[in-house]
Amino acid sequence: MESIEEHRHIMGYGQLAVILALLLALTGVTVAVSYIHLGFFNVPLALTIASLKAALVLLFFMHLRFEGPVIRYSFITTVLFLAIMIGFTFWDVAFR
Amino acid sequence: MTAAQSYLEQSSPPGRTGWKAWLLTHDHKRLGLMYLWAILFWFVLAVILGLLMRTELMGMGRTIMGPEAYNSMFTLHGVIMIFLFGIPAIPSIFGNFFLPIQLGADDVFFPRLNLLSWYLFMFGGGFAVFSLFSGDGFPDTGWTFYVPFSISSAGNVSLTVTAAFILGMSSMLTGLNFVTTFHRMRDKAMGPMQIPLFTWSLYATAWVQILATPVIAITFVLVVLERFLSIGLFEPDKGGDPLLYQHLFWMYSHPAVYIIILPAMGVISEIIPAFSRKSIFGYKAIVYSSLAIAIAGSLVWAHHMYSSGMSDVSVFVFSLLTFLVAVPSAVKVFSWVSTMYKGSIAMSPPFFLSLCFIYLFTVGGLTGLVLGAAGTDIHVHDTHFVVAHFHFVMLGGTGFAFFAALHYWWPKMFGVMYRNRPAYVGAVAAAVGFVFHFVPMLILGMQGMPRRYYDYLPQYETGNFLAGFGAYLLVFGLLLMLLNLVFSLRNPRTAPANPWGGTTLEWSIPSPPPVENFTDSPNIKDFPYDFSEIVSNSNK
Repeated sequence: MESIEEHRHIMGYGQLAVILALLLALTGVTVAVSYIHLGFFNVPLALTIASLKAALVLLFFMHLRFEGPVIRYSFITTVLFLAIMIGFTFWDVAFR
Repeated sequence: MTAAQSYLEQSSPPGRTGWKAWLLTHDHKRLGLMYLWAILFWFVLAVILGLLMRTELMGMGRTIMGPEAYNSMFTLHGVIMIFLFGIPAIPSIFGNFFLPIQLGADDVFFPRLNLLSWYLFMFGGGFAVFSLFSGDGFPDTGWTFYVPFSISSAGNVSLTVTAAFILGMSSMLTGLNFVTTFHRMRDKAMGPMQIPLFTWSLYATAWVQILATPVIAITFVLVVLERFLSIGLFEPDKGGDPLLYQHLFWMYSHPAVYIIILPAMGVISEIIPAFSRKSIFGYKAIVYSSLAIAIAGSLVWAHHMYSSGMSDVSVFVFSLLTFLVAVPSAVKVFSWVSTMYKGSIAMSPPFFLSLCFIYLFTVGGLTGLVLGAAGTDIHVHDTHFVVAHFHFVMLGGTGFAFFAALHYWWPKMFGVMYRNRPAYVGAVAAAVGFVFHFVPMLILGMQGMPRRYYDYLPQYETGNFLAGFGAYLLVFGLLLMLLNLVFSLRNPRTAPANPWGGTTLEWSIPSPPPVENFTDSPNIKDFPYDFSEIVSNSNK
């Protein structure tokens, strides 16, 4: 059974500000690369940046970085579940 | 232990009396009872609707209702039975009551959230009723709300799907509470392989509730947006895809079938060893099969869509995956039967109902294979065969397990014993009525009788007439069992703490339990189904 001890992991304002700045910077990068013609790679690049931003929010603002294995595995399970739902649907759409 | 200390006499939080002690309670046991009465109300209502439909079908042509009323009846019957009975029944009533106790905890992890779940359930149910009497008529789409009809129907589909959305929220929060309680509130001495199988089944179910319910919630929001804004997500003439709706709907609604059946399997896994006086056969196999059913059951949704026009690759893949689910289900049936082998069987109403479950669920599972194989599925698609298969699993399976759970845990929940004879008579009538109701429907389906039709060709009249008689016998049995239980509260015969010789933690505390569940530290056994002490005591 997991420990019920309460872990305090309050981040300082400085650290939070750094994450916020990173998020804003990445938003700027997203806008900037949308003006560069990369053909097929425009969408994958935008999705990669968006995923990176989501990861920062999850890890620091939502404290996933500081949580124990149960919370981490629970989160990974939800992502896997979503991936399967979308992936399996493409067996229909891609081969119809 | 005195009666005054029981959860029925003492409120949580303390000091509240009268209606406040119930409507503002944080006690998981009181909430279990509040779900019980609400869910029984919906169950009886949906049974009556089903009986009216069956009565209509007993004769050709119009008998007691017209086609519009019939369409509304099967929609309401389905919506109520799925969203207000099947999904919440076992987790919300017995899960709420017994999951914390089986884990050695004093409550669920989020007691206030638990209360909110109940209010959402009541609000969602009220909303569903309200949707009937507003708009241009009763919803007539069936519980599946398929597009494009649900977008263009004059019935108040928007409110009905909003009700389902709210009920989904209630179900999801209950699942969240169970997963958290399982991990955070379990007694420190209880390892994973010391957890009772009912709780394991609720844990597997809770994950499905948490992960799958948001899909249907968003889908229903999209239906409402389609109705009001005509976005064109599901409409081909606007570039939309009606099959997308079916994918999204079944992504939740097939796992929902496992939300309904998995806790029922957990109930049976508790009852069979208790009345066989024998340790459960294949404890670990049952645990892993519960998890396997939860996972594999979430990957087979498109087997509802073989004839919808989706790709052949999808048909092949989803058919293959569907057959995989049969394996863990069969592992459970094998384990239950093996538990009884060379056991010291003590017949009782819950055990008898569990035997009915095993028989009816097995027929339901085997007819499911007919539907899982794409070739045979296309032959019986949208016929009475599908309806009969579904009812074999849902009513023959979950319904009988629900009644088995009621009879098994009733003495613990209320501290009273019921009369056995009416329980047996009711159970036999329900089981015989069930078979006479749904076996003709299997045959009618094979002969081509379509579902959701209020009239039929002359060759189907005999089968429909016979099925109607079975339905009346089934309903008589169900109501007799319910009345017998309710009357046990009027002339109570006090129940001992452990009337059945059970070994899980709920049988180690008084009946009814005290408000804090355990007055002393719970005695966690190395194995939850160790009957050596029970057997040696009964031999003395």
